[in-house]
Amino acid sequence: MARRAQLGQSLPPMNTLRFNLNGQWIEESGLAPTTTLLRYLRDVRGLTGTKEGCAEGDCGACSVAVVENGPDGAPAYRAVNACLLLLPMVQGKHVVTVEALKQGEAYHPAQQAMAAALGSQCGYCTPGIVMSLFEATYRKDLKQPWQLDDQLCGNLCRCTGYRPIRDAATAVAGTCPKDAFVAALPASRPTSMAFHREDEGQLFVTPTTFDELWAVLDEHPDARFVVGGTDLSLEITKRFQVPPRLISLEGLSELHTLREGATHLLGSGATLSELEDFSAARLPPVHRMLRYFAARQIKHRGTVGGNLCTASPIGDLPPVLISLGATAVLRSRRGERRLALEDFFTGYRKTALEPKEVLIGVEVPALPPTTRAAAYKVSKRRELDISAVSAGMLVEVSAANVVTRARLAFGGMAATTKRAAHAEAALLGQAWTEAAVELAAKAMANDFTPMSDHRGSAPYRSLVAANLLRGFFDETSVTPQPRLAPGHAATVLTHEEVRHD
Amino acid sequence: MTEPTSPLRQALLHESGLKHATGEARYVDDWPAPPGMLVAQVVTSRVAHAKLQRVDASAALAVKGVVAVLTAKDVPGTNDVGPVIHDEELFAHDTVRFLGQSIAVVIGESYEACRAGVAAVKVELEALPAVLSIDQAIEHQSYLSRDHRLTRGDSKAALANAPVRFQGEVVTGGQDHFYLETQCTLAIPEEGPALRLISSTQHPSEVQTIVAHVLGWGRHQLVVEVPRMGGGFGGKETQAAPYAAMAALGALKTGRPVKVWLNRDQDMMWTGKRHPFKTRFDVGFSTDGQLLALEAELFADAGFSTDLSRAILDRALFHIDNGYFIPDVTVTGHLAKTNLPSNTAFRGFGGPQGMAVIEDIMSRAAERLGLEASALRRKNFYGAAPRNVTPFWQEVKDCRLERLFSELLSTSEYTRRLGEVAGFNQAHRHAKRGLAITPVKFGISFTTSFLNQAGAFVVVYADGSVQLNHGGTEMGQGLHTKMLAVCAHELGVRPERVRVMTTATDKVPNTSATAASSGSDLNGFAVKHAAETVRERLRPVAAKLLGVAGDAAKALVFENGRVFLPSTPAQAVPFEKVTHEAYLAQVSLSATGYYRTPDIHFDRATGRGKPFHYFAYGAAVSEVEVSGLTGEHRLRRVDLLADVGASLVPSIDKGQVEGAFIQGWGWLTCEELRVDDKGFLRTHSPDTYKVPAFGDAPVDFRVALLENAPQDGTIHGSKAVGEPPLMLALSAVAALRHAVSAFGKPGREVVLPMPCTPETVLFAVEAARRP
Ligand SMILES: Cc1cc2nc3c(=O)[nH]c(=O)nc-3n(C[C@H](O)[C@H](O)[C@H](O)COP(=O)(O)OP(=O)(O)OC[C@H]3O[C@@H](n4cnc5c(N)ncnc54)[C@H](O)[C@@H]3O)c2cc1C
Ligand code: FES
Ligand code: FES
Repeated sequence: MARRAQLGQSLPPMNTLRFNLNGQWIEESGLAPTTTLLRYLRDVRGLTGTKEGCAEGDCGACSVAVVENGPDGAPAYRAVNACLLLLPMVQGKHVVTVEALKQGEAYHPAQQAMAAALGSQCGYCTPGIVMSLFEATYRKDLKQPWQLDDQLCGNLCRCTGYRPIRDAATAVAGTCPKDAFVAALPASRPTSMAFHREDEGQLFVTPTTFDELWAVLDEHPDARFVVGGTDLSLEITKRFQVPPRLISLEGLSELHTLREGATHLLGSGATLSELEDFSAARLPPVHRMLRYFAARQIKHRGTVGGNLCTASPIGDLPPVLISLGATAVLRSRRGERRLALEDFFTGYRKTALEPKEVLIGVEVPALPPTTRAAAYKVSKRRELDISAVSAGMLVEVSAANVVTRARLAFGGMAATTKRAAHAEAALLGQAWTEAAVELAAKAMANDFTPMSDHRGSAPYRSLVAANLLRGFFDETSVTPQPRLAPGHAATVLTHEEVRHD
Repeated sequence: MTEPTSPLRQALLHESGLKHATGEARYVDDWPAPPGMLVAQVVTSRVAHAKLQRVDASAALAVKGVVAVLTAKDVPGTNDVGPVIHDEELFAHDTVRFLGQSIAVVIGESYEACRAGVAAVKVELEALPAVLSIDQAIEHQSYLSRDHRLTRGDSKAALANAPVRFQGEVVTGGQDHFYLETQCTLAIPEEGPALRLISSTQHPSEVQTIVAHVLGWGRHQLVVEVPRMGGGFGGKETQAAPYAAMAALGALKTGRPVKVWLNRDQDMMWTGKRHPFKTRFDVGFSTDGQLLALEAELFADAGFSTDLSRAILDRALFHIDNGYFIPDVTVTGHLAKTNLPSNTAFRGFGGPQGMAVIEDIMSRAAERLGLEASALRRKNFYGAAPRNVTPFWQEVKDCRLERLFSELLSTSEYTRRLGEVAGFNQAHRHAKRGLAITPVKFGISFTTSFLNQAGAFVVVYADGSVQLNHGGTEMGQGLHTKMLAVCAHELGVRPERVRVMTTATDKVPNTSATAASSGSDLNGFAVKHAAETVRERLRPVAAKLLGVAGDAAKALVFENGRVFLPSTPAQAVPFEKVTHEAYLAQVSLSATGYYRTPDIHFDRATGRGKPFHYFAYGAAVSEVEVSGLTGEHRLRRVDLLADVGASLVPSIDKGQVEGAFIQGWGWLTCEELRVDDKGFLRTHSPDTYKVPAFGDAPVDFRVALLENAPQDGTIHGSKAVGEPPLMLALSAVAALRHAVSAFGKPGREVVLPMPCTPETVLFAVEAARRP
């Protein structure tokens, strides 16, 4: 403790990586800042409990815990994928790996529960699962069964069939034992992420003020931004291409804002799991989309801004946010500007961002309870999969049952997220009836000519998009903004969610 | 609670469970790097079929950190890694036959250096036309082997006379093993010349043999050690050898330790998978659903080389009947040769592909005849003579399917739920449910009969502690836990006194692969024999210590670390006292054990014999729900009942059953290998290749082992468990068909190819809905 306080006082130079690993502060100045935490743990520290199963965030074998500020502001353990974390992303933070869980002879409850349930067979996925369960052990917000699925869907196991892992999870999740890990939390708050290293042609900067950001940008206008890294790190871990100049926006606290209001502000740096909490009561369609978005490890790192700025046609936030009428807020040294979110996307993986400009966040009008709105995601696998088709739909219906507003936005149907203009036109001014919806679903044929790939053929995508509108009608005839049905994490549009009988 | 007298039949925990959970459990890639260790990257073909004009590594050798680049020219022995038939080059030398085939290996100080080296190797290729699917292979008459045939009776005539006759096609997809730990071998030079290989393989003896061939060495110069695998599922039976050979060759050439590890993309792109199959069938039934005759022609996509494909095709043929008696039958199989990685063993070894055909036929028959599918299946089970002969003329004795069905239909409340499903389907237009029960009968033994042998080496120390070596490898299936239980039981010691050692070819030589679900059957007897030998040497020593004379010694009991007469259990001598005394009395405390399965044979020329020691059985009930809007579907509830005989360790067996089921469900529903027209696997990482995730397993998942069902002639009455339950997942496909049919009119055949992805299911629903 004393040593830490001392270190805290005499901050090391900004070009030194400094983080706490299993209770010990570590300083590294000789490593490339694009080294992943996984490689560092295994190759430098010999901590081989953390495994590589894919190096792309899809298997969870590399899961470790990092202490972040939780939804209530208190520090909390978060399971994240070490394979996608570049070392400056844990600057000033506390990292816990599987090796630290057993204290003396005492196994952690997550370890005990896994062994007792025979939750491991080959054991290769097990350390990662234990780390997911480690997070779950201390969660206070576990109320619904689907949250267990959400907690663990980022951990693939090829051996067990998951039943024993579910048993282990049920045994420990939310038990919040008063142990050494809880005791350590207050002193493990993330500290400054400030970092600046430029050597051997490689730049990595984490500015903590906008002035600093603009200054770095003036000097390196071609530098690329990174936040969670769940998109960008893949270039390094999968294609082995190291971007020469990176600026992390993670140190800019303003960007993390999630502010409630007549228009909600969703800061670009807010993580997807923070947004999931924020949207549960305020923006149910967003919340539902996030339930089927990646996995918890990814959602702890991935951000709103990262999802929008990659401008992927199969990104899952754009359709739902566009349907809700969101506005993008952009800022550069010259000032701020606002754009309707659909105009932010200018082409396949292209945005309206100018050089040296950042996305501050999106503004989303509060959703009146009478507005019909929902979101859908269809993929080969329900969890941790990329959409074949995703959709956000919003319809306002007058007292006379006439459609006065319709916003139907689709992902996976074109080179960018796109609204179904013909279908919307077919609805506007019509009675909100099955017959009108049928005509609109047919009109959608004129809106899209999707492509065929391994996620879905063009005919499948077209049929599903039209069917989602049919399902939306069905579903919102029960309740305007359907949520996850309690007790079920059922797939979109099967019985469990469509009807609440 | 009284202490159990032996660990056998107890709900033991996995022998490494706590070590897995703490991260202590060590896999090959976790080995501390020996001083001077080098790593490697493989140079592979970027086209599916081509003449290899030139390989120029000079620029690669100039890359900083690159130590060696090795090609076919550098192989001192034989440039071949084919396990049975020698048709698989380690490094392509004049032709490349699939995209991903090894051409050279770059050995260097770091992965970065190796990757830069790979980029600098110049490979000149002249493209040739490629065969990339079974259909193309049929069109171009491209085969590795043809006309494997089983026949009994007169299928032609029986089909001609059948009151109901229909034809069709059944397609099943490939499947990547997706073991969480990818292929890895570390080769360490020893005095000799000699090498120690630490390898993630199910078949250390074969790695030893193949590496010896490649190096031109005797096998005695090599030790292959397998600490444990992070999953195998058949994918590390033959597929480990080429990369092990590269590590060995690298170590030989550089004199330094070399590790060859494939990352996920490489592993998925380069190594073989489950064989895709395409089958055309012609089947005859009576109007009340009695199966009368079957003709089927099976085509398996073997990939570019033979590997184990012949035996895999044979096993598909051996399982075309599943549990059903077919009075007149002819089934023929062909191995298509394509420009794809060489497909290989995968849990079930062709069995699932054969069984999928007959189960699809059974579903189709029920749909067409308008009969309840469980009744139709049941009426066709093997029974008393003459309805007890398989298409390969082995008699089915003790068919347990009727018993399994009646127990499971009752415990799963099948009939009541069938009514509920019908009610639900009436009430919902966009969602339908389906319920189905299917059986599994799976033949146990390597069908290449001589492989059915195993060895063990039990070492007892003077202090009474025990090291157990056996020929099997641990890949998660719990073999070590079971062998430990058998050994502790035979010696009468507590399980914590027994340590299962790393599998190594210098401890137990000439082993067979840990495969064909045979691990505990074969090694179990070998362990038993070895432990018995030591125990019987200890018996006179114990007798002397207890003052027991003559024949009475035969009655001495070895139990929980004590030796005593059953009549006087209080007067016991501790096991360690006996071993210490034995040591002083110059009694050998170690022994080998050996076992071969008696009385199995098969004649490929006539297609007749008794290839299997026995059959393992099982049954499954699956309930699914299908969305008619998106084709997405969920498993709502699954009930499994598996016949594992008298289970050695029920907790382990239960895990095998449920794990296999979900793996089978993945094969049949969400796992899709998409190869493009260049022969490139588009789905080569978990981003695009989806194995079941946590939420895909049913929350209501009820798994039971058949009670009071010991098997004759097996280790302690137990039966194999590794593979058979994978095929229980066929019940889920039958249930999907049931749900899809509910979208349309009754009496129509559902058109649902496998894997049943949301897309295929939605189009099946659309087809069913058509007027
Ligand atoms: C396993 C896995 C599963 C995934 N599943 C899904 C899914 O289900 N649905 C889905 O939509 N996506 C998915 N993704 C993609 C990704 O996680 C999300 O897009 C995430 O929101 C990206 O956020 P990030 O902060 O990690 O982005 P980063 O990787 O840090 O950045 C992505 C890009 O955005 C730019 N950028 C980020 N913030 C700003 C800003 N404020 N201003 C300007 N530019 C900015 C960066 O320069 C970079 O080019 C998945 C990714 C992985 C690895
Ligand atoms: S290694 Fe698979 S998620 Fe990180
Ligand atoms: S135990 Fe093998 S992958 Fe989970």
